[in-house]
Amino acid sequence: MIAAVDVKTLVIDGINVSARADQTVLEVARENNINIPTLCHLDGLTDVGACRLCLVETKGSPKLNPACVLKVEEGMEITTTSDRLKHYRQTILEMLFSERNHVCAVCVANGHCELQSMAQDQGLTHVRLPYMNPKLVVDASHERFVSDPNRCILCQRCVRVCAEVEGAHVWDIMGRGIGSLLIADLHQPWGESSCTRCGKCVQVCPTGALTDKSKLGSDHPKYPEFLPNLEAMREGR
Amino acid sequence: MSQTITIDPVTRLEGHGKITLKTNEQGEVSEAYFTVTQVRGFEKFSEGRPYYEMPSLMARICGICPVSHLIASAKACEAIMSVEIPTTAAKLRSALNMAQSIQSHALSFFYLSSPDLLLGMDADPVDRNIFGVAQKNPELGRAGVGLRRFGQHIIELLGRKRIHPGWVVPGGVTEPLSAVKRDEILALLPEAYANIELALKWYKEIADRFAEEAAHFANFPGAFLGMVGEDDGLEFTDGKLRLIDATGAILEDKLDAAHFDDVIGEAVEPFSYMKFPYYKPLGYPDGAYRVGPLARLNIASHAGTPLADTELKEFKKLANGPVLGSFYFHHARLIDILYGIEKIEQIFSDSTILDTHVRATAGVNRLEGAGIAEAPRGTLMHHYKVNENGQITWANLVIATGQNNNAMNRGVLQAAQQYVKGDKLEQGMLNRVEAVIRTFDPCLSCSTHAFGQMPLSISLVAPDGTLLHELRRG
Repeated sequence: MIAAVDVKTLVIDGINVSARADQTVLEVARENNINIPTLCHLDGLTDVGACRLCLVETKGSPKLNPACVLKVEEGMEITTTSDRLKHYRQTILEMLFSERNHVCAVCVANGHCELQSMAQDQGLTHVRLPYMNPKLVVDASHERFVSDPNRCILCQRCVRVCAEVEGAHVWDIMGRGIGSLLIADLHQPWGESSCTRCGKCVQVCPTGALTDKSKLGSDHPKYPEFLPNLEAMREGR
Repeated sequence: MSQTITIDPVTRLEGHGKITLKTNEQGEVSEAYFTVTQVRGFEKFSEGRPYYEMPSLMARICGICPVSHLIASAKACEAIMSVEIPTTAAKLRSALNMAQSIQSHALSFFYLSSPDLLLGMDADPVDRNIFGVAQKNPELGRAGVGLRRFGQHIIELLGRKRIHPGWVVPGGVTEPLSAVKRDEILALLPEAYANIELALKWYKEIADRFAEEAAHFANFPGAFLGMVGEDDGLEFTDGKLRLIDATGAILEDKLDAAHFDDVIGEAVEPFSYMKFPYYKPLGYPDGAYRVGPLARLNIASHAGTPLADTELKEFKKLANGPVLGSFYFHHARLIDILYGIEKIEQIFSDSTILDTHVRATAGVNRLEGAGIAEAPRGTLMHHYKVNENGQITWANLVIATGQNNNAMNRGVLQAAQQYVKGDKLEQGMLNRVEAVIRTFDPCLSCSTHAFGQMPLSISLVAPDGTLLHELRRG
């Protein structure tokens, strides 16, 4: 006997869709070719709702909710695109750019950066907020990789892939809010940490924050899409 | 009554500068200062960056000659890595550097200086620009535009971008050359030859009209520094340095990047953000020297390509020994262009240029490295120190224009004493003072935005603050 699947029906951008009860609005939207922008989400990792770019409007709720952690409910009416959401998403991106030192022109990830692409997709032409120009120290102590907090957007993909997929849990976030910093172990130089040198964190980093040492722009594409394949293999699928 | 005359900003050069002239009680110009009014800070804010990021970071200093910075910086990084780059990569970089010299020289000669040469130093400032040139001598204007396009097109074909190509990296270049691109470059050559031939012919016809300027535009005995190849010929990318004195005697020879700072020091003056490099054994300011096209032709025994060899022989007849007048930078610039076109033809006619091994790799093997290349304006040096992780702890750049700083200041004084007289200012007299600076083609903030007519005001102010005379344009 086949177990009954708990199916929910909801409306996203005026389109009637159905979903399993355990799915998120983001998953269902993408299954139905409805694009919701994301930065911290990555197929194969647990969602944490860190970047807030996937905020959507839910009818009857004054709050905006991040689609990546919003579970579907029967009768939900979701709006993924509106002037209000566009304004929020652009502002989030402006904040990301102003909080650290993102200088695309001289960045090793130029042309392969999800933050850069997202800014272009969202029509960001200017940053209206004052740049904070924090003085952050590059960690080049690792033999193979470099961590540059100037380019980190605190999406925590690296933290999750290291803990959930590699099982090493080298990375963590120290501090709070705008002053948060990515740290290896208990704030050790990366080269002296318990890093297994697998490089997954570099591959999933959406910007130039974690990079291969000595690699530049055009020779530095990343392949974050490998994750679901890795998981499928492990599960013997 | 003593006075101070300020020309601010100086127009038709790259970057922002001003000239201050001081007159004595007799109304004669007694002091002259050429001031660079901006600070950039690249040496400071590169501290902490991984060394391999330096070429692309440093290239952002300048939109006219990013290629020179890329090459000097990459070479400094290669000294840190202790690698020798593949021969083909070295040739490709050499071609890229020549393409950049051609386009930059075309900008200097045709866009910035030919208005003075074609229309006259006293011409109405409204017409004294590239548009005035295009109107009066369309062929010359077209040749200039064509040569700039030639250089930039090659840079784009090789590096994918006309400005700030990311192709040059520590260890070589990121991708080899395709036969299609090679053929496209070779097809550009006939037009480039025709354009430089036209320009050289025209320059030689009009040069005599500027005999007085040639005599007073930074014309003085002094030393010259530049790169030469192993055969003493012209070399822009992979040679060693030579320093000669005003008589042509060799003061330093076969000087490599690692020993550059043993003999070259840098002085500072309170009136400018630009440094004053000098030859240490002679001290400052006696050890001041000139770099750039004029210096290159003075130190090289020959060019190394047939047409440029002929032109260089003729050029060397201008003086018995080194050519000392800075006005001849213009002439030298055209010979540089001709040499560059020939060199590009040589490089791309060689079948090994399509070799696919174009990049060497290595990590940090030394904690200090220096690299030198000839930029359009002269010898350019990048010198870095790194920690064991490869992060920059110290950086020093010796920019070509800086090395002409002393000569420009001397030249401004010389020209001002000759042309700025009395208590009434004329456009032509001040334009000549500016034109001295233009012969050096200085790149001050190293950016592209100073083209054309910028607002210019000149005030003649008495010591008590009374405005005696004022000229405005723009």
